[in-house]
Amino acid sequence: MLHTYPKRVVVIMLVLTAVVAVFPLWGPAVFGAQSDFLMEKLTLMLILALFAMSLDLLVGIVGLVSLGHALFFGLGAYTLALASPDFSPAAIWWMVPLVMLVSALAALVVGFLVIRTRGIFFIMTTLAFGQMLYYFVNTSRHTGGTDGVFIMFRPSVELGGAVLLDLDNPLTFFYLCLALVVVGYLFLRWLTRSFYGQVLDGIHDNEHRMEALGYATSHYKLVAFVISGVMASIAGMLAAMQYGFANPAQLGWHASGEVLMMLILGGMGTIFGPILGAFAYEILQHTFEHLTPHWPILMGLTIILAVLILPRGIAGLIIDPPSRARLAKSPLLRWLKPGQAAPTSEAVKPAASAPSREG
Amino acid sequence: MSDIMLQTRGLTRRFGGLVAVNDVDFDVRENEIHAILGPNGAGKSTLINLLSGEFPPSEGEIRYRGRPIQGRKARHVARLGIGRSHQKTNIFPRLTCLQNCQLAARIHMGGVFGSWRSRHQAREVDERALQALETCRLVQRAHTPASAMSYGEQRQLQIAMVLATAPRLMLLDEPMAGMGREETAQVTELLKGLADRYTLVLIEHDMDSVFRLADRITVMVDGCVLETGPTAQIRASERVRDVYLGRHHEEAHP
Repeated sequence: MLHTYPKRVVVIMLVLTAVVAVFPLWGPAVFGAQSDFLMEKLTLMLILALFAMSLDLLVGIVGLVSLGHALFFGLGAYTLALASPDFSPAAIWWMVPLVMLVSALAALVVGFLVIRTRGIFFIMTTLAFGQMLYYFVNTSRHTGGTDGVFIMFRPSVELGGAVLLDLDNPLTFFYLCLALVVVGYLFLRWLTRSFYGQVLDGIHDNEHRMEALGYATSHYKLVAFVISGVMASIAGMLAAMQYGFANPAQLGWHASGEVLMMLILGGMGTIFGPILGAFAYEILQHTFEHLTPHWPILMGLTIILAVLILPRGIAGLIIDPPSRARLAKSPLLRWLKPGQAAPTSEAVKPAASAPSREG
Repeated sequence: MSDIMLQTRGLTRRFGGLVAVNDVDFDVRENEIHAILGPNGAGKSTLINLLSGEFPPSEGEIRYRGRPIQGRKARHVARLGIGRSHQKTNIFPRLTCLQNCQLAARIHMGGVFGSWRSRHQAREVDERALQALETCRLVQRAHTPASAMSYGEQRQLQIAMVLATAPRLMLLDEPMAGMGREETAQVTELLKGLADRYTLVLIEHDMDSVFRLADRITVMVDGCVLETGPTAQIRASERVRDVYLGRHHEEAHP
């Protein structure tokens, strides 16, 4: 059934979460002095995972490919940066609602205008809105132009004078990000398996039929757009805290494109796939950066290879691991080993038992 | 004479220079099966599309239970109780049979925020989805993904989905298209059974089932109504035989 995955998905995700969660214990032993830097990297990956997940709701679940999602990421960052006082930390209790409100309003306005378009037009209009905000913050004096805005203090988490969380502590901040990824994941899983999610699946498969049934599909899409935008803005706010500044680069089309690649790498429409994609993308980039200054070439080749070998991303590999028979059939392997013909009897079987997709 | 459920007056739809539906007066009475016949390109599907709000008429009026509904969007028309199925198989392949019907049944839950209504209400709706499956004899396939079902079953699911929306009037565009003899007979039986609870408007090419099913028939040619009346009248009509049935019989027995 749709959105139900084999048990191993849960097992793998739980193990990976545990490995990440206890990094502060094993990190120093393995990486030594590099450990602190790597934990910062890990925090960033968690933030990007949250960002990628939010986009998956749009791209993977509803089927709307947005090339302007960084708009909301950057909006979260800039809202935090501009609303924070210069000489004292802002209280998180009003900062988070403010960021959510600003991004929800922006998503409502942008969504209202773009949701009627489809396919390439949706891509272009979202891109256009993203670039509009990009050029605005890039040239406006109020947003610090190309330099962006620095954040002197991370928001405080206090209740009645008692400090609940010290976000300046990298360890605390790391666990906050981890917790938010887990919460975000559970929320999106609940959402996609709720009836609302089923309507989104229907829109993904056949929007015209949904209209004929009696659904106001644009309302459902708009709500998904807003939820996705708000989640992205929270990721952006966390990123701004992590970096200590909000920068135009955080909301350009480059950032939108990168997060889209994380989705492709991880596997769209699975929610857990984009988390893996975000980690895989960042780890690959980190590795290639150390190998060569021309790392974008390696990165590009890897993405192309990934699309060829894993059309459903890393998630597809976990949900439906390739059997030996299917591997033998794979055109890539046969091309690599032309001497070995595919064992026909074995290769035919799985194809015949697979559900037919006619009609 | 029973009440008129749906009525059109002077209904016209142009596509550029082409008049697909031309000044059509068309009545559907309550609890009848009304078949629309006509050669390809006669404007039958366009008429159904106008009635279901797929696109607005260029001219003319559509009245549903006394209220004008022309120009309303498809989703509004659907929620007024006019359900339709499409000529092409039009289901949600990744969802199960039951989920397909639930999706159809839940259009009455009240928009986006109705999605999160109480479980009690959802159960009521799901009950209707299950009943629709029962009527169409698909219960044993409830948890099969729609993509894994046979073509005939998918067509039946399409009818079940229309039923699940709790319509008063069903517009069925070639429900038996592409079905084998046995499946056609099965669906004919199914539609016959629906007749006492629903009003059916049906486009169908299979003459045997049309004559077996329909109470009244409207014959369309080139966008116009050639003749409309009880099945026996249409069967005996010279004009209809010349224009449509004649040609049909020639094709069948050269």
